[in-house]
Amino acid sequence: MAEHVSTAVVTAPQPVHPASMPAPAPATTPVSVARGGPTGRPRTRRLAPGPRRPYARLLGPLLLLAVWAGASGAGLLDPRVLPAPWTVLHTGAHLWTGGTLRTDLATSLWRAAQGFAIGLAAGVVLALAAGLSRTGEALIDGTVQVNRAVPTLGLIPLFILWLGIGETFKVVIIAIVVYIPVYLNLHAALAGIDARYVELAEVLRLSRWQFVRQVVIPGALPGFFVGLRLAVTGSWLSLVVLEQINATNGLGYLMFQAQNYGQTDVIVLGLLIYGVFGFASDSAVRLLERRVLAWRRSLSS
Amino acid sequence: MAPLTEQLKAPQPTPTPSRPAVRLTGLTRSFGARTVLDGVDLDIPAGQFVALLGHSGSGKSTLLRAVAGLDHDTAGSGELSTPERVSVVFQDSRLLPWRRVLDNVLLGTPKRDAEGRDAAGRGRAALAEVGLAGRENAWPGQLSGGEQQRAALARSLVREPELLLADEPFGALDALTRIRMHTLLRELWQRHHPSVLLVTHDVDEAAVLADRVLVLDHGRIAVDLTVDLPHPRSYRDPRLGEYRERLLAALGVRPDGEPAGGN
Repeated sequence: MAEHVSTAVVTAPQPVHPASMPAPAPATTPVSVARGGPTGRPRTRRLAPGPRRPYARLLGPLLLLAVWAGASGAGLLDPRVLPAPWTVLHTGAHLWTGGTLRTDLATSLWRAAQGFAIGLAAGVVLALAAGLSRTGEALIDGTVQVNRAVPTLGLIPLFILWLGIGETFKVVIIAIVVYIPVYLNLHAALAGIDARYVELAEVLRLSRWQFVRQVVIPGALPGFFVGLRLAVTGSWLSLVVLEQINATNGLGYLMFQAQNYGQTDVIVLGLLIYGVFGFASDSAVRLLERRVLAWRRSLSS
Repeated sequence: MAPLTEQLKAPQPTPTPSRPAVRLTGLTRSFGARTVLDGVDLDIPAGQFVALLGHSGSGKSTLLRAVAGLDHDTAGSGELSTPERVSVVFQDSRLLPWRRVLDNVLLGTPKRDAEGRDAAGRGRAALAEVGLAGRENAWPGQLSGGEQQRAALARSLVREPELLLADEPFGALDALTRIRMHTLLRELWQRHHPSVLLVTHDVDEAAVLADRVLVLDHGRIAVDLTVDLPHPRSYRDPRLGEYRERLLAALGVRPDGEPAGGN
């Protein structure tokens, strides 16, 4: 009896359970295993990352926050070096209701917004002038490249002498930091318009204005958005520097004062606010990009 | 290979109009020291369907680009007259990926034409004619290669061209799609009757579609052959074989059926 069973096992195409047990659905095992999984798909390895999940980009920052909170709660962090998140929040609430945080924040936002708007407009206008005419390119492109080679923050002393230590010079510095990436990316995108589309426009007898509006500018938008995102980050970055060296109010000033009095929690609060604003503005640009460049999504779907 | 300018008999079914749609006289184009078109003379009567064959580098694309007015920076001489309304179909569809299909078709056309007809309506009609009704609002990236080329045809059509230039328009399509596009192009021609200059390297395509086939060789028109067969033509039509062999011979392919280069 035992011998009989063993021979049956040997001659079977693959190891099966003893005859006494119900064989678990043998139909699923043959053929399909070799070329397809249970979903009827050939077994290829997916090389592209899987589909994107909404808000997944928040995961990293939240994890960092959790580690910070955990370490503080466990007493691993000296509060003089890095205070706990709740201490920072408490300080924030305190400064918001009783301190200068509200006006500092408004001042900083206003500076960043002004500088950003001026820089954006200048970058777009210059890039269009340089990208759409040879004269414009001859006049503008070299100049901007020189300007780009000069570290903008190195211009601060000169600008203070020229414009005084008030708001103007801060806004101008932010505008310079903003216009450079906008110009560079938009100009490159305008110059890189596919020659095939230029031919098409000629054949269709488009006017110069139609060509610019319907072919060149939409074609350059992806490049423009790359510059825009760099510009948003740049405006925050320069704000920090400007407000820490020459200001009597603003978020950077708040942090600078806190440094003098050893208030680590206020410094960390300032950094958190910068981080949140930077992240939020970048997300806003991304959202806008997805709206405006809707046609690109169709390529991947 | 003597330049055999021959007519395989042709009592023209339509009387030739007094003035040809396209006239090239002594057209010369050169890139540096290399002369690509060497004094081409060519008349295309209004409404004629002409195919232009040639090896790669024979100058056929240069000729088409000259007629289309796309060779701004090329040195050359000669005279060239073309009709007012010229449309071009390229090998790639050249649909702008950021405009929906209907907006691509209507690119550069005024909202209302001289007779007050609505452009969008005509665009829709053109899309329907090429079999793309219902795809007006798709992005070009959502269309297949054949559909994109159909949309490009619709874009040409909506301009009501007197001359349609096509530079290997089906070269990038698969064989089945190409045959369907042949039928479509021929139908559109029968309905709208523009003059057509179709540049191709495909001898069969030229023989099946065109009423007149030119072979360009070393910058000159070496063969001017009238294909006098009724439409629709089948690739299997034995009478087509005779034309095919003549054309292959003109292209320097031996008649024993050695593979033709680029086919």
